Amino acid sequence: MDHGGEYAPDEKVELLGTWSSPYVFKVIWALTMKGVEYEYVEEDLRNKSGALLSLNPLHKKVPVLVYRGKPVAESDVIVEFIDEAWKDRGGGGRILPEDPYERAMARSWVIFARDVLSPPIWKWFTAPGEEEQEGAREAAVAQLLVLEEELGRKEFFAGDCVGLVDLSLGALAYVIPIYEEITGTRIVTEERLPCLSAWMGRFLSSPPAKDHLPPLEKLKLSFLGERTL
Amino acid sequence: MPSEKQEEAAVRVLGRWPSPYVIRVLIALNLKGVEHEMVAEPKGNKSELLLASNPVHKKIPVLIHNGRPISESLVILHTSTSAWASQAPAILPSDPHARAAERFWAQYVDDKFPTAIRVLRGRVVGDKEEAAAEVSAALWQLEGAFVECGGGKGYFGSDGVGYLDIALGSHVGWIRAVERINGVSLLDAAKVPRLAAWADRLCAHPAVVDVLPDVDRFIEFSVQNDGALAKPVDEASK
Repeated sequence: MDHGGEYAPDEKVELLGTWSSPYVFKVIWALTMKGVEYEYVEEDLRNKSGALLSLNPLHKKVPVLVYRGKPVAESDVIVEFIDEAWKDRGGGGRILPEDPYERAMARSWVIFARDVLSPPIWKWFTAPGEEEQEGAREAAVAQLLVLEEELGRKEFFAGDCVGLVDLSLGALAYVIPIYEEITGTRIVTEERLPCLSAWMGRFLSSPPAKDHLPPLEKLKLSFLGERTL
Repeated sequence: MPSEKQEEAAVRVLGRWPSPYVIRVLIALNLKGVEHEMVAEPKGNKSELLLASNPVHKKIPVLIHNGRPISESLVILHTSTSAWASQAPAILPSDPHARAAERFWAQYVDDKFPTAIRVLRGRVVGDKEEAAAEVSAALWQLEGAFVECGGGKGYFGSDGVGYLDIALGSHVGWIRAVERINGVSLLDAAKVPRLAAWADRLCAHPAVVDVLPDVDRFIEFSVQNDGALAKPVDEASK
């Protein structure tokens, strides 16, 4: 099922997203890894299109991937879908590892990133006072240290190439520096988190991510807006 | 074959029976015909084995397969699909879109049910009427999903009991218990006829019948363990 150039109409791939969403970028990186051509549709979440509302009626959120006329929603679900639907595509290899135990470990780290790591990072960024901020920062660093150990000397969490866990953590590579700039505090320093620190730069220049990053200045302005709320 | 038997005996599940997440794992292993040993995790203090197996989250269930621990029930379900892929039935369908649909709805189940059920059990303080309404609304959505997933055999899975059946089905024990505790009807045959019938069908399935005990046992467990926080519906809605 390898299509070199243009897809037949029923093979068309469409991605509904917004420029600021890390979940949308995760999907874009996955599509890039597989070399899948797609049409990107920018949604205005304050004025959702009829298409979005009918393709994702339950959540009305982006990203939504449409392939062969059928929608797939929820970024983690979409990434696995991409890995399976285009299983033989892409010099970037499989997004999830082949071995069942390794797959389980990768999925567990995705859950860790979502449920254990993200909350304190968000708390640190939005904390109203210095004391809360410091408490949240230390809590976040504690979880980042767990990741540091997991990464170790590897290039990427998946090994030599970007994989599922890298994609799931990838947005942190550009979000954390912006948060640090805005809060005036550091959370990932070379001293405390040398491996993670190096991974961040490596991810941003990796094949899936290097040409697919959000406009960082614009993002910083939107974060500033969020913080004062 | 001796080595295969060794492998089967080397499957252990750390957990406690009333946990829907533990129930999921047991159903999956039963479906796959994988022999396993359930190691009851004591209430209160976390066992050495749990702390060693799941040091990051310290939560049940943990599946220990050939000495290697795996946590998170949905991760374990996926592992059951791939680790015992050659044994029927397939827990996930082969079509990527169909797989995505089951995963999407399983995520929805875990977003909507656990907190609401905890409120309805009286395990956490909350508005019980609101919680009941949330569960009803979610079941109504899943009634639609049931049609979409097109389980011709009367399950969400096209081949019989599958990933989404297990993900939602594992909550049926507690759903039925909180119905009785609160005097509400959630898996209501008038509102969600397909799901009501599906729930009965699932509970009678050989892979499920021994791991999803009678509703009375759930109620008994709740009375013994959640009772201190239980509030009647009218008081909770203040």
